[in-house]
Amino acid sequence: MKSGLFTFLFAMWGLIIVGGGIVVTILGPISISGFGELNWFIASVIKAIIAIVLVVIWILILSKIKNWIFKKEIKL
Amino acid sequence: MIDLLIPAIISCIVAFFVVFFMTPPLIKILEKRNFAVKDMNKKEDVMVVRPGGPVILAGIIASELVLYAFFQMNEILAILITTSAACVIGYVDDRKVMGGWFKPLALAIAAIPIITLGAYDTDLAFPLFGTVQIPVLYLALIIFMIPITGNTINSIDVLNGVASGFMVIASFSLSICLFIVQNYEIAIVSLPLGFASLAFYKYHKVPSKIFPGDSGALTLGAMYGAIAIVGGVEIIAAVALLPAVINSFLFLSSVKRVVEHRQIKGKPVEHTEDFRLKATDDKKAPITLVRLILAGGPMSEKQVGFAIFKLTIFSGILAVITAFMMGVSL
Repeated sequence: MKSGLFTFLFAMWGLIIVGGGIVVTILGPISISGFGELNWFIASVIKAIIAIVLVVIWILILSKIKNWIFKKEIKL
Repeated sequence: MIDLLIPAIISCIVAFFVVFFMTPPLIKILEKRNFAVKDMNKKEDVMVVRPGGPVILAGIIASELVLYAFFQMNEILAILITTSAACVIGYVDDRKVMGGWFKPLALAIAAIPIITLGAYDTDLAFPLFGTVQIPVLYLALIIFMIPITGNTINSIDVLNGVASGFMVIASFSLSICLFIVQNYEIAIVSLPLGFASLAFYKYHKVPSKIFPGDSGALTLGAMYGAIAIVGGVEIIAAVALLPAVINSFLFLSSVKRVVEHRQIKGKPVEHTEDFRLKATDDKKAPITLVRLILAGGPMSEKQVGFAIFKLTIFSGILAVITAFMMGVSL
């Protein structure tokens, strides 16, 4: 059981590293032009929306991993 | 580097001894006023006083003011104001039972001094991949970070010594990481958190003489979050905090709403005849870190605490690895 918790910790860490990579490669380069002074604001809104979607995906993947690792324990 | 050494040593000594010497008188005052709650994990009717938050805050304020005398950094002021506000919010919750949304909302407001004092950098640094600039999104991150770290530490404050012991390991891991990423000044600013927690652990460990209460847990959590932001080590801080994050994640994913622990009907843990802890098979009870640890069989309160500390050391090692990875670029 305890090894399951260590595995879950490690999986969370791995997801953070991979998620970071996605954020830098997808969110980082986003820039908008043609809206004058609103360019930075629109780009920020798009980045915020993508970030929220990524967080939701991260939570869903984590839930699946949790159910897989603690299959026995969560049916206590 | 050598000019940083003297303020670092003085602030650590001040943080440790203020908490170490002020806690026994606080325990006596709280006993006189009968500010005590039953320790639910003891066989006998043991009453333990609370909250210890004010004394933790006193240690932090004294040590950070010493550092401010040397450095005059806005970052120190931001940490001090946010941490003090979190302690007051926790104290209100200690004295009067507030709704489930009170603490997250109030802690979000407590994060505002970090923004107004400009004690942050909008670049979010990730290991291996570099940084991403998110000016507007980062403001939202600051507002969310303090409630998350505050409530995360509060949610792990379930057994004698766990919240303070957890914070000793997590905050020293974060300090080591700040030294690794060469943010020396914030690394020194972060050290009093570990030393104040260590001094408080002496009275909080099994059998507890005092509980930190919401004021103590929120003080520790909010200061940790504030250090992560002003130090620009948000991702590393999240990694060092993972066991507590798991606890909150498991709790929220089983309860599926923001709710106070006292509002939960099912009991995740019960006692054996010899008063060891064991996981229940109550379907309504939330899944928690302690419940998962106990799924392998009954354990004493002390054993569960040490199991949590082992997980925290593991995540601390992962945080240090992450800090080294910050210097590597793919």
